[in-house]
Amino acid sequence: MSQSAIIMMISTQVFVTAVTAYFFWKVLKKPASGNE
Amino acid sequence: MSSQTQSWGTRVGLILAMAGNAVGLGNFLRFPVQAVNNGGGTFIIPYLVCFFIMGIPLLWIEWATGRFGGKNGHHCTPFIMDEMGRKRFWKYIGVFGIFTNIAVAAYYCYIESWTLSYVIHSLGQTFTGMDRLEIAAFFSQYTSLSESTFGLPLEPVLLYILCLVINIYILSKGLEGGVEKVAKIGMPLLILFGIFLAIKGLTLGDSGSPEGCTDCNAFSGLNFLWEPNFTSLWDPKVWLAAAGQIFFTLSVGMGTIHCYAAYVRSKDDIALNAMAAGWMNGFVEVVLGASIVIPIAVGYLGLDWVKENASFSMAFQTMPYLFGKWGSALATAAGFMWFGLLFFAGITSSLAMGTPWMGFMQDEYGYSTKKAAWTFGLVTLIMGLPTVIFFQQGVFDQYDYWAGTVGLVIFALAETILFSWIFDIHNGWQEIKEGADIRLPKIYKPIIRYVTPSILAIIFVLSLVSPKDNDWKKAFNEKWEFDAGSILGQIGNVDIAYNRSPVASELQADNNGTVSFQEGKLLIQDENGTSLSTYELSGSQTAMVNEGDSVKAGQSIASGRFINPIFYRYLARFMLLGLFVYLGILVRKAHYNKKGDTA
Repeated sequence: MSQSAIIMMISTQVFVTAVTAYFFWKVLKKPASGNE
Repeated sequence: MSSQTQSWGTRVGLILAMAGNAVGLGNFLRFPVQAVNNGGGTFIIPYLVCFFIMGIPLLWIEWATGRFGGKNGHHCTPFIMDEMGRKRFWKYIGVFGIFTNIAVAAYYCYIESWTLSYVIHSLGQTFTGMDRLEIAAFFSQYTSLSESTFGLPLEPVLLYILCLVINIYILSKGLEGGVEKVAKIGMPLLILFGIFLAIKGLTLGDSGSPEGCTDCNAFSGLNFLWEPNFTSLWDPKVWLAAAGQIFFTLSVGMGTIHCYAAYVRSKDDIALNAMAAGWMNGFVEVVLGASIVIPIAVGYLGLDWVKENASFSMAFQTMPYLFGKWGSALATAAGFMWFGLLFFAGITSSLAMGTPWMGFMQDEYGYSTKKAAWTFGLVTLIMGLPTVIFFQQGVFDQYDYWAGTVGLVIFALAETILFSWIFDIHNGWQEIKEGADIRLPKIYKPIIRYVTPSILAIIFVLSLVSPKDNDWKKAFNEKWEFDAGSILGQIGNVDIAYNRSPVASELQADNNGTVSFQEGKLLIQDENGTSLSTYELSGSQTAMVNEGDSVKAGQSIASGRFINPIFYRYLARFMLLGLFVYLGILVRKAHYNKKGDTA
């Protein structure tokens, strides 16, 4: 794999995973905002 | 249980159900193919831009619209839009929010039944010892209904009905006891299976390369998928493809998000929930979806083969053969995981498609959850059987085009205009902010009002009149011929030049060429003997040409009674139109029932 492809793949996947984890962490911090 | 007593059990359950609604087969099959065809690694840039300026606004609009409807006792788009628009026609636009779901569920459950069938075949090791062509042929035989792989007559029909019954059963258990429970089990399993297969895809390298294949290396596949080609950013086609992918992957423009959100309590957050569900869909697509099909296929079949054959059906026609290379036990496990993953992705989406009908019938006609679920199954079965029986005649594709593509764009455009211009963006923004657990960037207010509807309007106009082969330059400078994939091209059936009558007494040749007869079939071949078109003659149909005759396109080559492919297009369109009218009548009747109640 070329260096630019590796950078593109890793940076994108890390970014998307981090943002997803961040929003889930915010949800889990306040799980009772649903109908509990 | 009436709709008034239904609600989500937990916040996490709601988010998993919403994410399950969005995560579908497209995350694993459509996204990597789109990326490969539109600039490789650079595709992620327009993809993310479109997510920020179209995906997020639409998610917030639909969540807010749904919760607004729920506050007023409506759990389905016709009367939610009626309440917001205050003009009688809005409730008929809202019919799209039930129509699209039933029409899409009708053929989506068929794909779901393939995944179920392939799970069973993987566990039964049906594919062991088959070569690539045999596995590809297995899929064609399965969908042609001509052969039974289990020894059951009409196996695809039976499995389709089984899938529908599973959906009905889960739906009849209600929101918390059915849909939410399945999402809580299905989504973590899907991610687990996805991670296992993605690790295989990312670490395969050239270990699967067969002798003599110089480009069989999974890393070449990843390189092909992620190598940035920044010049592609100037190509409008790439931006259009990214907008389309964002649109379809999030399941916006369907009416399902409104329905799920209508069961959220009025003071509960929707802004953060929408982000969590939307980004989870992105994670499954960009991180898992991109790491499975393309690298594994390139690892065994080579880059050239994948470039030529990258398509949706690769999941069924190719993957079992590739898993077979991992040895019997691992092949069984991988087949089970891959098709199990697709099954969970499918069922969490099809369950969502059942809820708008159920919400509507419960709200307006007082149906119980069970009755609403079974009637959904019945309407879906009536709509779906033609897609199963006439799959190879193109009924499935027509449903996908009109309901699963055009319907979504029209509805999304209408709901965005309603939300930001008629309901008014100030009210809309308040509605999104109500109970929000995150701070909303103010920039989204003008984006929702101006940018999102503009993008949707552009997408709609482009898909309405797109010229042949998407060659806009030629269209402006020379003659404007509609592409077969454009809305006007579809209406005019521009891709069908001959045999344009649904039923005819003579069959016309579709190509110039030479006549040949093989195994009772009439073939038109080119000078190299390659078949250009094949016609099966049966019963009273007789050939009007002889072996070796030269024929011209449009020339009559057989007489008798013929049902042409265009017949099935009209059948599909008639079914879809009939469904829309039927739902429109139900909405109208419900409206007058309400008026009668208040008088």
